[in-house]
Amino acid sequence: MSDLTELTALELRERIAAGEAGAEEATRAYLGAIERREPAVAAYNQVLADRAIEQARAVDARRAAGEAPGALGGVPVALKDNLCTTYGRTTCSSKILADFRAPYTATAVARLEQAGAVVLGKTNLDEFAMGSSTENSGVAPTRNPWATTRVPGGSSGGSAAAVAARMCAAALGSDTGGSIRQPAAFCGVVGLKPTYGRVSRYGLVAYGSSLDQIGPLTRDVSDAALLTGVIAGHDRRDSTSVPRDVPDYLAALDAPSDGLRVGLPAEFYSEALDPEIHQAIHHAAGVYENAGAEIVDVTLPHSRIDVDDDGALSSYAVACYYIVAMAEASSNLARYDAAHYGHRTAETCGDIVELYSRSRAEGFGAEVKRRIMLGTYTLSAGYYDAYYDKALKVRRLIKNDFDAAFERCDVLLCPVSPTTAFRLGEKIADPLTMYLADIYTISVNLAGLPGLSLPAGLSRDGLPIGMQLVGPVFHEETVLRAARLYEQASGVTRLAPALVQA
Amino acid sequence: MSQTIDADRVRHIGKLSRIELSDEEVRTFRRQLAAILEHFGKLQELDTEGVEPMAHAVELHNVLADDEPGESLSPDEALANAPARDGDFFRVPKVIGDSQ
Repeated sequence: MSDLTELTALELRERIAAGEAGAEEATRAYLGAIERREPAVAAYNQVLADRAIEQARAVDARRAAGEAPGALGGVPVALKDNLCTTYGRTTCSSKILADFRAPYTATAVARLEQAGAVVLGKTNLDEFAMGSSTENSGVAPTRNPWATTRVPGGSSGGSAAAVAARMCAAALGSDTGGSIRQPAAFCGVVGLKPTYGRVSRYGLVAYGSSLDQIGPLTRDVSDAALLTGVIAGHDRRDSTSVPRDVPDYLAALDAPSDGLRVGLPAEFYSEALDPEIHQAIHHAAGVYENAGAEIVDVTLPHSRIDVDDDGALSSYAVACYYIVAMAEASSNLARYDAAHYGHRTAETCGDIVELYSRSRAEGFGAEVKRRIMLGTYTLSAGYYDAYYDKALKVRRLIKNDFDAAFERCDVLLCPVSPTTAFRLGEKIADPLTMYLADIYTISVNLAGLPGLSLPAGLSRDGLPIGMQLVGPVFHEETVLRAARLYEQASGVTRLAPALVQA
Repeated sequence: MSQTIDADRVRHIGKLSRIELSDEEVRTFRRQLAAILEHFGKLQELDTEGVEPMAHAVELHNVLADDEPGESLSPDEALANAPARDGDFFRVPKVIGDSQ
């Protein structure tokens, strides 16, 4: 029998449902892959082997009893470690939550498990999902399976690396400013950030509450459709989740895409973009054109990227995004008070403010401190109007640009990141340079739109190049269908790094 | 709107944020926060006169529920991660006193 870890989630589910493979057999195959590759990649914070085997045996027992194993029956998955689970720890890769055991399970996770998925473990991230390389992890940096001297992207770097290295069939991540799409691009996998409100955020540790969304990282577009269908839907525990029917995303993939209009935002194709990525996306536009789609030039003026004489980048969208995200973060992370849960300093404190301040100083890493401090500052008296209120107005302008663009096209074709995976240590010393790695993904969160990253080939250096498809709110079907069209026409799919042959 | 951030201001922000800062952190953060705030200042180039601020991307509505008791955490579950507890209470140093 072929290696079960090479199958997509959908193929594995079919094999298990047909009795051609066992859930336990598949789970053991993945645990074996983790044992072999994890020392080089460091994708997992925690592997829950015993529990996974038990879950898999339960799936096999259900199938033996004649029950249907479920939409993800026996499929081994990984969870970003900012998704709460009553089992294992939920650490957010932060020292402040190093021993935290959540009292409830995130709705998206519960839905995966109800569909028969087997949870292999919790994956590494930039602390509290704040970062674009997974180097801000309080545990250790994750390595890119395509080149272990390079970052996997972030913040869902552990999930993306685990999917690419065949250390899980699929994974969940979260995306506040690109944290699913950018690591998916760096690791050569598919990542979908659904529309804000499409997936319940209940049990997702909050970072930027008006931006955060949970979504899948997978080997191909069908699996992204499959997992999104399982986790989407209204949840009374998240009042921002939208009471709206969940379409059959998998069935929607095969609907014809006649007359598809693909928009190219002029502002994104500038000197800021790596020429090889530019070329790959130009090629992708040609693939759409050959498939009968119409290519439309559109404009997103407030998402434009400026390059000064010294080559330094700047962007309204980056400024707007970081003001909003940091303001929300400073408020959300006020809950780490060393009283209810989380790290408390071992030193004796005279009063409660000292207890807060010292415990937080010991528990948070540098990037989290920077974001809390900047958020606190921009919300403070005298600065609120100049920063926070101004950013909310610019956010409206950014969204208006997308609304106008979608009057002329069905889906936008964009880069995911200005470069392919960069080297560990390359950007970590300069936070602003790291923030500018997000120039093509953050506007999508500000506007609440669905965005999907999929592989568009490899660079001359053998690193994955990603491309991004963005649709109007709740048009996941359009985005997925456009992604499938490219995937089938180009044959670029299920990219495997050399590391998985070893 | 170029902001000069001096060490005292960084310490003040640290205090508001309830994060104790070492002298070395004050030095590093001063430089980094100044660069980031300067980039934030770019927004001042844009005319936003008459633009409605947008706090959320998707229209939000109040969600009302009937006032009925539902499932909740038991005291033991709620206290399971507490750094210190005293019976059914979270234990902390004294709150009222000479702190500001």
